[in-house]
Amino acid sequence: DQVLHIVPETFQQVQHLQHLCSTLLLDLWKPLLPEDIWAGEDLHIRVPAALVQEVKDSLDQHMISYKVLIPDVQELVDQSMPRERRSHRQIPEGYVYTQYHPMEEIYQWMTQIQKSNSELVTQHYLGKTIENRTMYYLQISQPSDKTKKIIWMDCGIHAREWISPAFCQWFVKEILQNYKSDPKISRFLQNLDLYVLPVLNIDGYIYSWERDRLWRKNRSPYMNGTCYGTDLNRNFNSSWGSIGVSYNCSSEIFCGSGPESEPETRAVAQFIERKKSDILCYLTIHSYGQYILTPYGSTTKPPSNSEELMHVAEKAAAALMGKYGTSYEVGSTSLILYSNSGSSRDWAHMIGIPFSYTFELRDKGTHGFVLPADQIQPTCEETM
Amino acid sequence: DIGDVGRKYHLELVLEDVLDKDGTVNCTAEVLYHLGNKNTAPDVHFTIEGELKNTDEADNVFYNRIQSLEKELVAENIPDNHGNVSPEMEPIHLLAWAASGYVIWQNSTENTKFQLAQIKHVKQVKRSDEHLEFDYMILLHEMVSQEIIPWQMRVLWHPQHGVQVTQDSRQPKH
Repeated sequence: DQVLHIVPETFQQVQHLQHLCSTLLLDLWKPLLPEDIWAGEDLHIRVPAALVQEVKDSLDQHMISYKVLIPDVQELVDQSMPRERRSHRQIPEGYVYTQYHPMEEIYQWMTQIQKSNSELVTQHYLGKTIENRTMYYLQISQPSDKTKKIIWMDCGIHAREWISPAFCQWFVKEILQNYKSDPKISRFLQNLDLYVLPVLNIDGYIYSWERDRLWRKNRSPYMNGTCYGTDLNRNFNSSWGSIGVSYNCSSEIFCGSGPESEPETRAVAQFIERKKSDILCYLTIHSYGQYILTPYGSTTKPPSNSEELMHVAEKAAAALMGKYGTSYEVGSTSLILYSNSGSSRDWAHMIGIPFSYTFELRDKGTHGFVLPADQIQPTCEETM
Repeated sequence: DIGDVGRKYHLELVLEDVLDKDGTVNCTAEVLYHLGNKNTAPDVHFTIEGELKNTDEADNVFYNRIQSLEKELVAENIPDNHGNVSPEMEPIHLLAWAASGYVIWQNSTENTKFQLAQIKHVKQVKRSDEHLEFDYMILLHEMVSQEIIPWQMRVLWHPQHGVQVTQDSRQPKH
């Protein structure tokens, strides 16, 4: 396909061009409508490859001069896509875990993962987002007669933190690829069930792919649709609205109209509340900063099991560092980061889940939210 | 805490060269945040122990490349949404980073933590002298408020004269 640039000189030429556009159904890039074609004004038309010669002949016949603005539209489209995205592979056997994937592909991936690992994995409905998209979590569970404790992990509560859903997908893949051969993982699964929510804030994630890469919140409309988004990690019922939030929708840390005002928050909270007596550990994955954060954000008063929480977190940070030397800071949010209320991690601990952690993955600000895909593998490997 | 003046921090840090991870250099610094008036930048004094790597060659290659362009350089979204920066844009990225450091310093308080998130747009400005000048629109990420703040800045650069931010202004959120 080519895009031609024409400046019609006479009214007759305008008429001919309008005729050409409507009979051949050509794609007008500028102006938008044939009736807005004027003599002396720029005209940009996209001509399908099959019609290029015919259109050029017609223009020559009518003495209408033209320039080829874009000689190959497809080439331009291909160039504008990041190189990795062009090879479109969806099945887990060919699924590329070292690339970022849009939500469509993540949905397909979940279906496939369950299909190819049905003895271990089941996909479950969790709820719906504000834009009515379905939230699913994956349950990785080895059949057994004893009831097992649960480890819950959610990713992508903040839309722009792309490395987070990438990690959840990587994690699932690692477990499924190695549970038979790796004694640590197989012992793990004998005693524990893993529940993984690859993308919590689905609407936001899609928005960060299509509209605004640095979007953070969900897509809940407020103020008659003039302002969008609640920070889901300020929306949980843990000292909601008390500190480190804004009551203004235009802020990135807007806590919503009330605790659990957002359907995404409710979907997660209701499920975890129901299962809480069996949940041993709640993990929520974010970026960036390289921290393992313990409760609380809303107060500096330490949680009841603070020593144990810190001990486990420190061991995790040490293991992580052992892989590539990446250093993670460990501590309570209110002491090492900033104060905030309504976080999912605080809430999970407050309702009785003993081990509750926020992971802030790579990096420390050099790339921030826009972490290059070539860091997906090392980040995931060390975090694993 | 210093009387009616403000709060001073004494720091010992290690500087790491982004382009050469093994190139580390020790540094000590003193930062004084002024009491009251939040519109003045904190005072900073520092000493670097040792020498920073010489970058003359790379600087000159970049300088000559830009001078030989037929049209003024224009670019957007560095890095792109997947975190990639093309090799030709790498120096433009690094220049923005250095310049944003100045903007960040001028606008920091004890309660802010800024990082350069992305270059939204950069346009070279033609000059009659031998300096290179770029007009940048950058996005700064502020950690505490989590806000993404657009900021426009005019940056002057010359291999021997270094970086200068001649004008900058915070922009309204879209």
